[in-house]
Amino acid sequence: MHSFDILVVGGGHAGCEAAAVAARMGARTALVSFDLSAIGAMSCNPAIGGLGKGHLVREVDAFDGLIGRAADAAAIHYRMLNRSKGSAVWGPRIQADRRLFKAAIQRMIAEQDNLTSIEGEAAELILAGGAVRGLVLADGTRIEARAVILCTGTFLGGTLFRGEERIVGGRIGEASAQRLAAQLREAVLPMARLKTGTPPRLDGRTIAWSRLEEQPSDADGWTMSPLTPDRANPQLFCAITRTNPRSHDVIRENLHRSPLFTGAIDARGPRYCPSIEDKIHRFADRDGHQVFLEPEGLDTPLIYPNGISTSLPAEVQLAMLRTMEGLERVEMAVPGYAVEYDHIDPRALHPTLELRAIPGLHCAGQINGTTGYEEAAAQGLIAGLHAAACVVSRETPALDRANSYMAVMVDDLTLHGVSEPYRMLTARAEYRLRLRANNAASRLTPLAIAAGCVGEERRERFERREADRGDWTAALERQVPAADLAGSGLPVREHGRHALREWLRFGGVELRDLAAWLPAGLDPASELAAEMAEDAAYAPYLARQDAEIRDLRASEAVGLGPRFAFAEVPGLSREMVERLEAAKPATLSAAGRIPGITPAALAALLVHARRAAQAA
Amino acid sequence: MDTIFALSSGLPPAAIAVVRISGPLAGPALATLAGGLPLPRHASLRRLRDRAGTPLDDALALWFPGPDTATGEDLAELHLHGGRAVVAGVERALGALAGLRRAEPGEFTRRAFANGRIDLAEAEGLADLLAAETELQRRAALDLAGGALSRRVDGWRDRLLILSAALEAVLDFADEDDVAALPPGFAGDVAALRDDLGTALDAPHAEALREGFRVVLAGPPNAGKSTLFNALVESEAAITAASPGTTRDVLVRPVAIGGIPFSFIDTAGLRDEGAGEIEAIGIERALAEFGRADCVLWLGPEGEGPAGAWEIAAQVDRGAAIGKAAPRAAVSALTGEGMAGLKEDLVATAMRTLARPGTTALNARQRALVRDAAAALEGAIGQADPLLLAEQLRLARVAFDRLTGRAATEDVLDALFGRFCIGK
Repeated sequence: MHSFDILVVGGGHAGCEAAAVAARMGARTALVSFDLSAIGAMSCNPAIGGLGKGHLVREVDAFDGLIGRAADAAAIHYRMLNRSKGSAVWGPRIQADRRLFKAAIQRMIAEQDNLTSIEGEAAELILAGGAVRGLVLADGTRIEARAVILCTGTFLGGTLFRGEERIVGGRIGEASAQRLAAQLREAVLPMARLKTGTPPRLDGRTIAWSRLEEQPSDADGWTMSPLTPDRANPQLFCAITRTNPRSHDVIRENLHRSPLFTGAIDARGPRYCPSIEDKIHRFADRDGHQVFLEPEGLDTPLIYPNGISTSLPAEVQLAMLRTMEGLERVEMAVPGYAVEYDHIDPRALHPTLELRAIPGLHCAGQINGTTGYEEAAAQGLIAGLHAAACVVSRETPALDRANSYMAVMVDDLTLHGVSEPYRMLTARAEYRLRLRANNAASRLTPLAIAAGCVGEERRERFERREADRGDWTAALERQVPAADLAGSGLPVREHGRHALREWLRFGGVELRDLAAWLPAGLDPASELAAEMAEDAAYAPYLARQDAEIRDLRASEAVGLGPRFAFAEVPGLSREMVERLEAAKPATLSAAGRIPGITPAALAALLVHARRAAQAA
Repeated sequence: MDTIFALSSGLPPAAIAVVRISGPLAGPALATLAGGLPLPRHASLRRLRDRAGTPLDDALALWFPGPDTATGEDLAELHLHGGRAVVAGVERALGALAGLRRAEPGEFTRRAFANGRIDLAEAEGLADLLAAETELQRRAALDLAGGALSRRVDGWRDRLLILSAALEAVLDFADEDDVAALPPGFAGDVAALRDDLGTALDAPHAEALREGFRVVLAGPPNAGKSTLFNALVESEAAITAASPGTTRDVLVRPVAIGGIPFSFIDTAGLRDEGAGEIEAIGIERALAEFGRADCVLWLGPEGEGPAGAWEIAAQVDRGAAIGKAAPRAAVSALTGEGMAGLKEDLVATAMRTLARPGTTALNARQRALVRDAAAALEGAIGQADPLLLAEQLRLARVAFDRLTGRAATEDVLDALFGRFCIGK
């Protein structure tokens, strides 16, 4: 009999972050995986980050998580998406050498104190008095634990589809967890199925690169994690090709063989990451779609064609590929496929990602209906953090929609549920101007330090940074007359004397123009300086949001209580009661964020909550 | 919770009188009077009897089990023959039942709101409706209660969501070739929405409707203000002033002329009080009244009244005591000469100023939020940074959502994904 504080099932992005943060916080943790050599595998695209997703990576990194540093260790191409817009919507994205990424994750897991890796299939949960007490492996080994975190990805009841083929498994060539899925279904948890897909992998030696448009790695030296001093690997370029009317004809002629259209898969796939057959069916007026050809690593010829995930039969995939510029003679190494898998309705979870129905059992990643490595990693962090905080008796950090994308995601999931795989987008965050990828450390590292999940190196670095911030704040208060700025050729739009931070807000003046008025030793090109300049530029907007956030936090104070009987609120329609019962909002303001809840229903809730409070 | 009842149609005698019963005992009460519960939501002809068995009326009885009813509670309706004695008898019989009482004014509406049957704007409208004393007020309140404002805000909000969706697509997906730039009509659509909000703000206010069209009579002592004031208000139906402006210092008389609410304000008392300091205070107050007035009737020397005042030649029966070259009206309060013409002129002007049916009058709360939304859109116009443009549109959405009380980001995404092919 083995015993741990926390057991994490699954060695993907969610599982690794969950196990690592729990161990960092001092909980005795074990990570259970089918195959220890697959820990840290990237099952779909060889890339980390992107719009909204890059924010999540930086936030996990601010909690001293793994994904940002592993991404840097493996990066063979850096690209800051959306750079032409304001920095709040910049999306740091890297392409990773799969082998290097996995190696970096496995190294960090191995080096982590308090963390044991166990190879085996998680077959059954041990339950006692309705709460989880541990896990039985397929070989009969019993492992006790105070909390279990399920990060099973697509392995829970996973089935692969490719044309007419059906394969039981979570990833190509790997088993899936059918027994655990059966047990969860029996536990009467609200479960449903979702679908995702992956494109074929190409042999890069058979691509005519010279005829394709190249996309180089960004030249400036930014990294995913501020702890990474320099880029570690040689940088490769990507290339861009397009589908064309001939490709679309091939797909249309074979739509009847795609399991998405034959009805074999009826689960919903992501709207923003549709299969190529979906794109062509839904947007029939378009005569082409972009395809990014992304290298999978430094020492492999494999190429990932981003934008054409498909479950068509293998020979149709090849025919479709060969209609595209540069791919006329391409060979496929592995055909694409679709996966259908079980997920839990995330409205059954507390905001800590613990199941309301089974105390001690947490869920993170695709099992909660999300898609994406970054979404998974962030949930792993949240679940591991809360499970460990409970075990080691620590306060959990106050995360909310106004301070992190992670909280936006958890709030969306637990209140809205999912009707398709959930992907992070900057449009989901109403306080986007303050939730920038480049200020994640400022927003979150203090909370992470207080929660005890930050290592020595990052803490020291952060403290130095805070000292620098003090210097910058003082420096930006310096009053400078318009004439001085105009005298050095700057386009000044205002008159009079103003603090430097105000000149930054007026526009036309950048921080790098102000070096003459800054004390020596402060580097206007530093990452902290950029953050300070943005704060100054956005100041009026941030101040207005502050008022809104105060209102938000005040309405969070109208609590509905854990046993609030929504069915007993007079006048709520059955539909409203069902939506509220499914999500069990803890506060009036959370109830207001549930889709479809009418203002009239909110008024009824408010009146009922007040009456209940008066009666108490 | 008490069960309440009330006559909910007009005062008897009438052809039909409708008595409503709402609350947990509505069913038993109906069963007692009608000798059993009729089928839900079916009109059945029943002989009503009181508890002693005395017949009260042959009436249509309707039974609406909650919560899907107008009040959100169990609800019964009795459609009676509309004689005074019949109604009184039924009300007496209901009042004799344990747990039943007569409803307070507006109580059915309050219950409907508390039970989530109507939203805030509709409830505001119903409250206005109950307080409406003139035809114009009633029609405006009916619009609001019927959800006219909510529908109008929803229309604005839908237009804004489409704009936000287009912009969010540019922000989140511009690196993919499926979404390139903002549609060409974008800036024009933002400006058009701002203009529509401006028009709504320029429309007469709901308070104006409640307080009526304010007419101030002004002029030096003994110009005939009080006589004219009395002649204007005396023969007209007095209405209760909702206005806090009924103060000791100015004389306010709310009346309805031709279905239009008016407040006539006589500043006569002010200057007549004496000289010195008191007079100074009086003049100050009179000036304040001028500022709040929709119309000032000036009885003093021509051209010396406040700007925009109507020149009135009063006391025309006295000959040319106060002669005016071009008066808007020449009247004699004593003989009634010119009075009908002046009233018609006032009614026509008030009609143009107060809300017309089909427009929704906004109250102060609603106006402040529409103003916030308009200001946010104003800030959006000419904003080159799409991120800050998006923030301005978000602020406008927040204002609309406060008007109707709803969260928005998910709606934007729905609108976004319905319109664009997005993928990577």
